[in-house]
Amino acid sequence: MSLTSDDVAKIAHLARLGINTQDTEAYAKSLSGILDLIAQMNTINTDHITPMAHPLDQIQRLRPDQVTESNQREHFQAIAPQVAEGLYLVPKVIE
Amino acid sequence: MSYADEQDWEVVIGLEIHTQLATQSKIFSGAATAYGAEPNTQACTVDLGFPGVLPVLNQEAVRMAVKFGCAIDAEIAPYSIFARKNYFYPDLPKGYQISQMDLPIVGKGHLDIEVDGESKRVGITRAHLEEDAGKSLHEDFHGLTGIDLNRAGTPLLEIVSEPDMRSAKEAVAYMRKLHELVRYLEISDGNMQEGSFRCDANVSVRPRGQQQFGTRTEIKNINSFRFIEKAINYEVERHIEILERGGKITQETRLYDSVKDETRSMRSKEEANDYRYFPDPDLLPVMIAPELLAEIKSQLPELPSSKKQRFKEQYQLDNESATILTSARELADFFETVVKLSACDAKICSNWITGELLGALNKASLEIAASPVSAERFAGLLQRIADNTISGKIAKQVFEAMWQSEESADAIIAAQGLQQITDMSAIEAIIDTIIADNPGQVEQYRSGKDKVFAFFVGQVMKQSQGKANPAEVNKMLKAKLQ
Repeated sequence: MSLTSDDVAKIAHLARLGINTQDTEAYAKSLSGILDLIAQMNTINTDHITPMAHPLDQIQRLRPDQVTESNQREHFQAIAPQVAEGLYLVPKVIE
Repeated sequence: MSYADEQDWEVVIGLEIHTQLATQSKIFSGAATAYGAEPNTQACTVDLGFPGVLPVLNQEAVRMAVKFGCAIDAEIAPYSIFARKNYFYPDLPKGYQISQMDLPIVGKGHLDIEVDGESKRVGITRAHLEEDAGKSLHEDFHGLTGIDLNRAGTPLLEIVSEPDMRSAKEAVAYMRKLHELVRYLEISDGNMQEGSFRCDANVSVRPRGQQQFGTRTEIKNINSFRFIEKAINYEVERHIEILERGGKITQETRLYDSVKDETRSMRSKEEANDYRYFPDPDLLPVMIAPELLAEIKSQLPELPSSKKQRFKEQYQLDNESATILTSARELADFFETVVKLSACDAKICSNWITGELLGALNKASLEIAASPVSAERFAGLLQRIADNTISGKIAKQVFEAMWQSEESADAIIAAQGLQQITDMSAIEAIIDTIIADNPGQVEQYRSGKDKVFAFFVGQVMKQSQGKANPAEVNKMLKAKLQ
């Protein structure tokens, strides 16, 4: 399976990555290589295998429902680019 | 456009409801979830998506999800996994929301609703755990957006229904029933103003008789029962109008504007796979041990539908009263406490609670839990009706006084001298005077005009200031007038 330049542009947009147009073809080739490998794996019969959700063969430990974190807003906001009235400020995002 | 067009069209509705779980701390961090705190004072490194932090799952959120699953008779997944749903928005600092895609914690279940006296079963496809995002504030920051991440990481249970509802009315009934259920289970406060219970509606129409679903639109984030009905009805009319003109519905997300009572396009819905879900490598699979499942099942409270059935059988209540009394757990408990303590007939208790008490609460915009008259005091009042100390009419007067004070019914009755006259000779004296003073009416009654009887009863009650027992008065009057 090979990806087109449009596919690459779409994937880059979804990941919010800025890429140079002259590199698109190279990306398309490398990404297609990954898909080819997956296509190869897809030919193997895995009917009798349970999909693996995590490489560690362990179970999630649960945490008791207790508040353990105190207010650290001042520390966190000290390194934020812009804050006001306790809020983090970002460029306007209304569509 | 005429609404009669709906004769030719069938409406198909499925709801996705996000209910906030009533945990103390967040789903993956130890930050508090309390509502209304100063912005960003309840957002820790995990909620802010700092590098190097790891989510740790809150066991209470898991228990609550399982509890819900048991209550809707669903399959609980013995093995369940979390996934990352990837999208970019400033109120989602990690760039993904931790949610569940494959293997959600709660599988197929169902909920029975009642519309116009008819019962209907609505399928629930699944319910999964996920974290809430933060809040964006778009006003007042000179072209910038303010972000409050207190809500980020708050546990949500997203409950997805089958496309089983066929009218806005059914959708509202389903939403109400679910709201009642999560509050019964005490897994959510269900506070809609605070966003603890919000709904997305998927709406489509198809020609009657057609198997295939029409193209659907999704109305996002509706947080009131009234708005959901209006939003769906608006959307249904819009679909029908477009289709009858020969147009096509665009699959999209829309927002409901309650001021203009219309829906508006929000954005063209991203393809589901644009979210690029994949299992979250930071979280291991969750196992629900059979012992835990059994323990949660054994601790389930009596659910609204079985409580309603029991109320009808045990207390001989009609469907309407039983429905009202079981609509909230606190109200049902109030009723049962009153019945037990007052030794009064259950129907009288029901009438007094659904009538006087709920009327007064409604007027004061209070929930039953905040009633100024406790179940114990209320029972004290009904007890005095049951043992004939006061009449129903006087009881209303006593109830009003109780609403305004902390006094018991007995104290008010004694202080205001409201107890019924039990001294029969006193009543007899009153009756004798009235008969003597009204020879004309006596004559009329004796000549067969039964209606005059009410006049005599009225006179006696007036002279006794409502304190004569009406049954005794009737008996004695009849005897005397013969």
